[in-house]
Amino acid sequence: MSKILIVAEHDGAKLNPATAKCVSCAKAIADAEIVVAVFAADGAAVAAQAAAVSGVTRVLQVDHPANAHALAATLAPQVAQLAPGYSHVFGPSTTFGKDLMPRVAALLDTPQLSDVMAAESATRFRRPMYAGNAIVTVEVAAGTQLVATVRTASFEAAPAAAAAAPIEAVAVTAELPTHTRFVSVSGARSDRPDLQTAARVVSGGRALGSADNFKILYDLADTLGAAVGASRAAVDAGYAPNDLQVGQTGKIIAPELYLAFGISGAIQHLTGIKDARTIVAVNKDSEAPIFEIADIGLVGDLFQIVPEIARLVSSGK
Amino acid sequence: MKRILVSIKRVVDYNVRVRVKPDGSGVITDGVKMSINPFDEIALEEALRIKEKGLAEEVVVATIGPADCQQQLRTALAMGADRALHVLTDAAIEPPVAAKLLRKLVDKEQPILAILGKQAIDDDCSQTGQMLAALWGRPQATFASKVEINGDKASVTREVDAGLETLEVDLPAVITTDLRLNEPRYVKLPDIMKAKKKPLETLEAASLGVPLQSALQLLKFEAPAARSRGVMVKDAQELVDALKKKGLL
Ligand SMILES: Cc1cc2nc3c(=O)[nH]c(=O)nc-3n(C[C@H](O)[C@H](O)[C@H](O)COP(=O)(O)OP(=O)(O)OC[C@H]3O[C@@H](n4cnc5c(N)ncnc54)[C@H](O)[C@@H]3O)c2cc1C
Ligand SMILES: Nc1ncnc2c1ncn2[C@@H]1O[C@H](COP(=O)(O)O)[C@@H](O)[C@H]1O
Repeated sequence: MSKILIVAEHDGAKLNPATAKCVSCAKAIADAEIVVAVFAADGAAVAAQAAAVSGVTRVLQVDHPANAHALAATLAPQVAQLAPGYSHVFGPSTTFGKDLMPRVAALLDTPQLSDVMAAESATRFRRPMYAGNAIVTVEVAAGTQLVATVRTASFEAAPAAAAAAPIEAVAVTAELPTHTRFVSVSGARSDRPDLQTAARVVSGGRALGSADNFKILYDLADTLGAAVGASRAAVDAGYAPNDLQVGQTGKIIAPELYLAFGISGAIQHLTGIKDARTIVAVNKDSEAPIFEIADIGLVGDLFQIVPEIARLVSSGK
Repeated sequence: MKRILVSIKRVVDYNVRVRVKPDGSGVITDGVKMSINPFDEIALEEALRIKEKGLAEEVVVATIGPADCQQQLRTALAMGADRALHVLTDAAIEPPVAAKLLRKLVDKEQPILAILGKQAIDDDCSQTGQMLAALWGRPQATFASKVEINGDKASVTREVDAGLETLEVDLPAVITTDLRLNEPRYVKLPDIMKAKKKPLETLEAASLGVPLQSALQLLKFEAPAARSRGVMVKDAQELVDALKKKGLL
């Protein structure tokens, strides 16, 4: 039987939906016992949310003042403290999980699988390589403890449970380093839907030409109730903040609807949107590679088309 | 001596459209252009800039891999690295093994910083830097977009899902680079000539006392499910109509 420890991602108050996606991945492994660990300064609220995810059998609440900010160097020894007895240790393939889990794997001297897209059994998984140009089936020797990050775009969040799982407080015995200190985080907190979970995403590329011009995409996004994304070229040029970047080195997303305006369709960008249900591309170059994968394509000038779409949608036409 | 260790991996160039072999045993690499992993070029550039500011005295580049990797080490020397270390092996090296081998090089070189790429664009693992930091028992600042050295500390801005996070770490530390950290310099012809005279030391991987076999078996490579070309519409109205027909608006 598999016993799977999942490291919860949260902001101190709310459980990140990526955690319930890790639970879905764990549930794909037959007969798995699924335990979620919440590391926080005061994890009561988050632990209660984790206990309410279907499939979770137990929640470990690990409170410590050092856990006020998620620092890999501080969290890794605590995860390693809990890990004995578990066959798998999972975290999400977000920047949180990507930072933390390899540090855990090294402390445990186990291999790690990054970006798991499918669990075929307790020892067989699928993951992308080469910017998604190859999907590899990987087998781990039975009996090897395995650390993995779960590609969130590949899994639906596990639903709410009928009854909450028990929560258990665990004390930290691991020695925690002081060589790494949190200073600050600056995020463009917005009222818009979150890029990683939004059903609709309006995304812009270099063609937007300025941060000011990007506003037409925010307007359309507001009309559609969509999140805003950007290509790396747009982020590099300073038209959009870095947390909006979609692609191999940005966010991998799977919205119902992805609208790409003035994005050429470089392979590194397409990696980030392959799982979108419907891709719409607007580009003035009919030869742009993005049209090769778009479900609906329109050749034209985005500065004319974006406001027009917004007008048609808001007038119900 | 204040030294920076930079690891560079030889990978299929990022412009190559990688294809899976028909028998599923791997990807086609015959006759394909190979380069320094783009994130590692950024790592080297950052190390060189730190040295140019007088905050370090020597930049050492290291790679783990077959004889062909010498090409990328020479390029790194031409970019400005002072010395190169080649851990020679024909074995497929996974991140835990790479991290253990790099840990040995850290013992040998005693750097104030080890700078790695945030991910190798072939395996896309994003593990080695974090693993090295754990094995070394030192801080890690991953996905860096800004690095400032202040005495025996570094302040590092990281690209995280929520935006930008700043950490302060004691040196020595491990940093992994994100794309916006810097723009690597171009190699000039005279530098290529000069690089030929710079020291390049070869170490047999097997001699470093790290077991090289991997714990994972790659059973099968497949091409991803292809998305096919859809329909073209002629204006915004047709686009909105098409979305409505699909039930998306
Ligand atoms: C290691 C590595 C990782 C990378 N990771 C990422 C990543 O995560 N995400 C990412 O996006 N990129 C990534 N890139 C960069 C990627 O290779 C491309 O450079 C980038 O995606 C290009 O962005 P773009 O499409 O906005 O710009 P461009 O390629 O310049 O395309 C602009 C497009 O706009 C069109 N256009 C211009 N004016 C108009 C107009 N008025 N109306 C309509 N269309 C117009 C043009 O025809 C063109 O197709 C990475 C690169 C490397 C090397
Ligand atoms: N074989 C290798 N030789 C040198 N550096 C490596 C090697 N493998 C990984 N690295 C370094 O580790 C980083 C992350 O690689 P990975 O964990 O494979 O995504 C790379 O950008 C390199 O800096």
